[in-house]
Amino acid sequence: MKINQISVFLENKFGRLNEVLTILNKENIKVVAATVADTSEYGILRLLTTDQQHAVSALKANKVSANLSEVIAISMEPGINSFSSTVALFTKAGIDIEYMYCFSLDKKSVLVLRTNNIEAAYDVIRRNTLNYLKEEDLINL
Amino acid sequence: MVFALIFVYKKQKQMNEYWQEELETMKRSDLEKLQVERLKKTVELAMNSPFYSQVFKERKITPESIKSLEDLQRFPFTLKEDLRSHYPFGMASVPLEKVVRLHSSSGTTGNPTVVLHTQKDLDEWANQVARCMYMVGVRNTDVFQNTSGYGMFTGGLGFQYGAEKLGCLTVPAAAGNSRRQIKFIMDFGTTAIHAIPSYATRLAEVFAEMGMDPSKDTKLKTMFIGAEPHSEEQRQRIEKLFGVKAYNSFGMSEMNGPGVAFECKEQNGLHIWEDYVIVEIIDPVTLEPVKEGEIGEMVLTTINREAMPLFRYRTHDLTCFIPGDCPCGRTHRRIARIKGRSDDMMIVKGVNIFPIQIEKILMNFKELGNNFLITIETIDNNDEMLVEVELSDKVRVDDYSLLQKLTKEISRQLKDEILLTPHVKLVERGTLPQSEGKAVRVKDLRKNH
Repeated sequence: MKINQISVFLENKFGRLNEVLTILNKENIKVVAATVADTSEYGILRLLTTDQQHAVSALKANKVSANLSEVIAISMEPGINSFSSTVALFTKAGIDIEYMYCFSLDKKSVLVLRTNNIEAAYDVIRRNTLNYLKEEDLINL
Repeated sequence: MVFALIFVYKKQKQMNEYWQEELETMKRSDLEKLQVERLKKTVELAMNSPFYSQVFKERKITPESIKSLEDLQRFPFTLKEDLRSHYPFGMASVPLEKVVRLHSSSGTTGNPTVVLHTQKDLDEWANQVARCMYMVGVRNTDVFQNTSGYGMFTGGLGFQYGAEKLGCLTVPAAAGNSRRQIKFIMDFGTTAIHAIPSYATRLAEVFAEMGMDPSKDTKLKTMFIGAEPHSEEQRQRIEKLFGVKAYNSFGMSEMNGPGVAFECKEQNGLHIWEDYVIVEIIDPVTLEPVKEGEIGEMVLTTINREAMPLFRYRTHDLTCFIPGDCPCGRTHRRIARIKGRSDDMMIVKGVNIFPIQIEKILMNFKELGNNFLITIETIDNNDEMLVEVELSDKVRVDDYSLLQKLTKEISRQLKDEILLTPHVKLVERGTLPQSEGKAVRVKDLRKNH
C-alpha cells in the first residue's frame, strides 16, 4: 500500500535542481512527480520516479543528500469535490497530514500524502475502498 | 652469557612497557635536579649563539648563576620574531660544521624560521618519537605508515626516524594521494599510521567510496593524530571509523617536531617529556604564570638540544596541566589537548572564541558530518558569525521540522558555549572546503582583520 518517495536536501544555490535532475536523466530514470518545499536557506525536493531504489543510489553516489520515506498515493476519480472529500476522510479519522501534493495521471488525479500514523491511514483506505498506487505502478508509467 | 642477558633485558622491557623506564618514571625531585643540570649545560652552549650571548650579557646569566628552576624566571621570553630576525643562522650555538640538518617553516608572514640539528640532536629527537610510539604499544613488529608531508615539514622525517629507531617497518608514504595510501595500507598490512585529523577523516571517506570499511578491512590498530587542534569527539569519531585507538600527538617545528608530548594508553592528557623541555604555562596577556590547572599559553625551554637551544619560547599554543599522577606510572607531567592558538582566537562582539569550542559542539550531533566553516562578517556595523555545517548522510532529509529543530538546537548549544548566537546553516555533504592538509575552519571577512 505504501510507496517510497525520494527526499533530497537541496542547497539554495543557482542550478542545483538542474544538477540533481541531470543525474537522474543520465540513469534513464523518469520523474513522475516532483515538488519543492523551500526555506530561505535550503529546499527539500520530493520525487516519485520510475525506479526509486535506483534513483536514490544514483543520487547518493553523486554525494547528494537523499533518502527514501514512505508515503501513500491515492488515485482519485475525476470530480469537483474528490480532492476535498478524500482529505475529509483522513481528517475525520483524526489523521495528521505532514505534507501532501497532487499530480494528474491520464484522467485521474493522484494525491500523495505523508503522515506519521501510516497504519491508521491504511485503515481509512481499506474502509472506504479507495484506489491507491503501488510502487510497481510507477515503473509502468 | 651476554646474549642471555640481552634477552632477559629485552623481555623485561617488553613487559613493563617503557622505552626508557628510568627516565620515564623518574622521581619528580630527581627529574627537577636533572632539569637544572641540563639547563646549566644548555646555557653554557647557548653562550656561543650570537642571539643568546647578547641576551645573557644583558641579563647577567651564566651557567654558574643557575641554582634552581626558579632561575628560569630571569630569562626573557624568546619569540618567533626573534627566530625570524636571526634567520638563518643567528641562533646557532655550535659551529656550522657540526650542524647536519636544517628544517624550515613556511615564511607566509615574513621571513621563515629555521631549526638546526647536530647528529646528537637528531638521535635524541628520534629517541623522543620512539619513546612516544612505544608508550602506546607500537613495537618493532608493527608496520608504520606516515601520511605526513616530508621535506621541510617535520612530521615526515621526525616520525620516520623515530619509527625506524623503534624498529618498525616504516613506510614513508608522504602526504596526499588517498587511493595510493589505501593501497599501501592494504598491501603492506599497515598496523600503525600517522595522519593529521582532517586527513584521517578524508581517508575514511575515500575508503567508503572504494566500497571498503577500514575498521574491518585493514590491520590498522594504532593511529597518531596531531599537528592540528582537534576535539575529543573528533578523536572518537576517527577511532570508530577506523576501528583503532587514536592518540593525540603534539609537536612543533621549533621544538624539533613530533615527539614533544604524546598521549599514553590512558588517553587522558599528553605526557610532555621534561627531560627534554622545561614547561611553563602563562597568561598570554599578563605573561604571568597561570594557577595550576588553568588554561594558558605554553612556554618551553629546550634542555637537551645542542645546535639551537631555545629559552622560554612562546609557543602560542593554549593548554593546561592535568593535575595528579598518571596510572601509567610515568612521572612527566601531562598537558591537556591543545585548545587552540593564542593567536587563532577570534574576538567577535567582544567575546573571545576558539574554533575548537565550536567543533566540540558540532561533533556531538550524529546528524552532522565532519566539515564545518565559520565565517565572520560585518553586517550593519555588527559582527555576525555564520556557522555552516554539512549534514551527515544518515539524517532523514524529508523531515523539514526535524531539520529546523536541529538548526535551533545547534544554535542553542553554541550559544551556551561561546555566549553569542551564531547563524547556523545546514549544507549538503561535500560542499565545504576540505583540504588534504590542515582544514580551513575560519573565514574572517571583517574589514579590520
